[in-house]
Amino acid sequence: MRDIKFIALFAILIATLPFLTHSGVILNFVVMALYASLLAQSWNILGGYSGQFSFGNAVFFGTGAYVQAIAQMQFAMNAWSALMLALCASACVGLFVGSVSFRYGLKGSYFALVTLAMAEIFRILSLSVNFTGGGVGLMLPLNSSFAGMQFVQKSGYVWLILSLVCAALLITSFIKHSKLGACMQAVRDNEDAAKALGINPFSVKLVAISMCSVVMGAGGAIYVQLFQYIDPSIAYGPQSSVEALVAAIVGGVGTLWGPIIGATALLLMSELTRNLFGQIPGINMVIYGFVLVFIVLFAPTGLTGLGVSVRTLFSRSHNTNHRNKVDGGEDLKGLDGERAGSAESAENGADRTNLTNLTNLTNLTNLTNLTNLTNLTNLTNLTYQTNLTKDNNSPKSQVTQDTQVTPDTSSRTGGK
Amino acid sequence: MGAVYALIALGLTLVYGVLHIINFAHGACLMIALYGVYALWALLGVDPYAALPIMIGFMFVLGYLLQRFVINRAGHTKDERVLLLTLGLSIVFENLALIFFHSDTRTVETSYNLQTIQLGQVMLSAPKFYAFWGALGVSALMLAIMKWTDLGRAIRAVAKERTGAKLMGIDVEHVYAMSFGIGLACLGAAACFLLPAYYVNPSVGNGFIFVSFTIVVLGGMGSFVGALLGGLLIGVIESLGGLYLGESLGQVGIFIVFVSFLIFRPQGMFGSKA
Repeated sequence: MRDIKFIALFAILIATLPFLTHSGVILNFVVMALYASLLAQSWNILGGYSGQFSFGNAVFFGTGAYVQAIAQMQFAMNAWSALMLALCASACVGLFVGSVSFRYGLKGSYFALVTLAMAEIFRILSLSVNFTGGGVGLMLPLNSSFAGMQFVQKSGYVWLILSLVCAALLITSFIKHSKLGACMQAVRDNEDAAKALGINPFSVKLVAISMCSVVMGAGGAIYVQLFQYIDPSIAYGPQSSVEALVAAIVGGVGTLWGPIIGATALLLMSELTRNLFGQIPGINMVIYGFVLVFIVLFAPTGLTGLGVSVRTLFSRSHNTNHRNKVDGGEDLKGLDGERAGSAESAENGADRTNLTNLTNLTNLTNLTNLTNLTNLTNLTNLTYQTNLTKDNNSPKSQVTQDTQVTPDTSSRTGGK
Repeated sequence: MGAVYALIALGLTLVYGVLHIINFAHGACLMIALYGVYALWALLGVDPYAALPIMIGFMFVLGYLLQRFVINRAGHTKDERVLLLTLGLSIVFENLALIFFHSDTRTVETSYNLQTIQLGQVMLSAPKFYAFWGALGVSALMLAIMKWTDLGRAIRAVAKERTGAKLMGIDVEHVYAMSFGIGLACLGAAACFLLPAYYVNPSVGNGFIFVSFTIVVLGGMGSFVGALLGGLLIGVIESLGGLYLGESLGQVGIFIVFVSFLIFRPQGMFGSKA
């Protein structure tokens, strides 16, 4: 397992850092980068691997944070059992949000909007009930000990968050290589086809959202331990959702290391702008926004994808020529990058056969389901998908040639 | 408030109905329009109502350019990408406003700010009264444009059948940009009516974005009449919720309406397609 080796290497590398340097600046940066990676990885599990874009990860973040704080302050629990409780609570919220929205088949933007609305509902509720301290927020008493999960030295936080990030990485790599993960990716790429193969999209998505919410809840709990303070707008405001989402997208959606690279790159950038421009409020977020716009427009696979696209540029060049013959090239622009991402994840996996088999199968079902497709764009997308599966290119491209000539008949036969 | 909500939602539903994208930057654009009205008043002394044509023109141009040169580039393949893109735009707008105008809440002071109008037993605040009728008027104007002009016909044609419209010689990209422009122009008008009775700060758009999403979902995505009625309804729900549950909890009512409509009746009150 190559991924596991890399994760171990990463863990050892970061874990030894506090021994090498005592510089508060560096260690603080590492702590914040790890914390941001945790949030980004959480978003990546749901958004990257199962294709459900959440705009309201703050729901899980805030729940984790509040449970962590309240369990310690009002029930005098020690911080570690509070953390367990926080993870369970955010998993419950995740299951609730997931079962409500997936049961009724909310997809794409609608799911995004519902999660955002959920976060807002929770924010308003936490403002108006008593045990959250309302708008004043909760202040965790200082208790610098191992049991209190608060450390005088930053190195304690480095190890604590590092272990959580590694756990998130292990979860992600499990998703990448297991059957469950293959199911998730099948649901992401084509839900109808996945259903036709006997995958239950509802339960797959539910598992994905609970994993995502556990990791995000851990992020929230860590926030409380780091800053000893939480209030409704930090907990359920859009800040943490946006942070998680932008970092994951900048780094590369649906990749193991993308969120970590993205989170680190963004943090580095915001530190640099702080040095350059001083304390102008909002300049950080302006740059965040610009980076997001830029990435969505020009590099939909993120930073990790940029490297891959350069590598695959030559090997795919004849495919591109073939593709240009198909009209409606503008619609393909977006897919271009996304496919490169999934091609990459297929390439570097140990069980790549597993994945490619699955994509082949989805493509096959696509072809048999052709009658359902009515418009031209779907057809051109399809031809593109089949072009990408290099293994059995020739027989399939023939099939698509046929369908290309007669898009109208196929839509008509769909009616019967 | 209901009519202004309706006008804002009308812009959103137009963009959704025609372009099939969810414009997350709608709230941020409203904020820009509000600051535009404020700046015109503060720097040039233009009365908010007199700023109406200027703001409509300005927001229209902004929308046209935004669609033509930014949003269009993301393609129409995956709606999440456009959602992310507009999210990015709204972050940029909001924080640029934060840099230029700082986070202070600002209001416009006019002679009619505190005036009231007596209608039988009821006292109404004058700016809200004007806002109601003004917003209704602009909405009616927009419906008329959509119904009877060539541009309106082209927009409706593109909304219904993009490829077909293209084959009929309609410049689809142009129509997209026009609809986006008109959508934002609605915001320009709404801002002019809103500001005398309201305030502006960089995050003011956030309050509106959910309300207008709710209205659009309530009325059925892409339905103009639905948006109008939904807007009025939400205005009532909000004031009733505020009256009985208190200001902040009253807002929850809107979100609950939003989520439950999305879940149980995604086609809205008047939408026909399931």
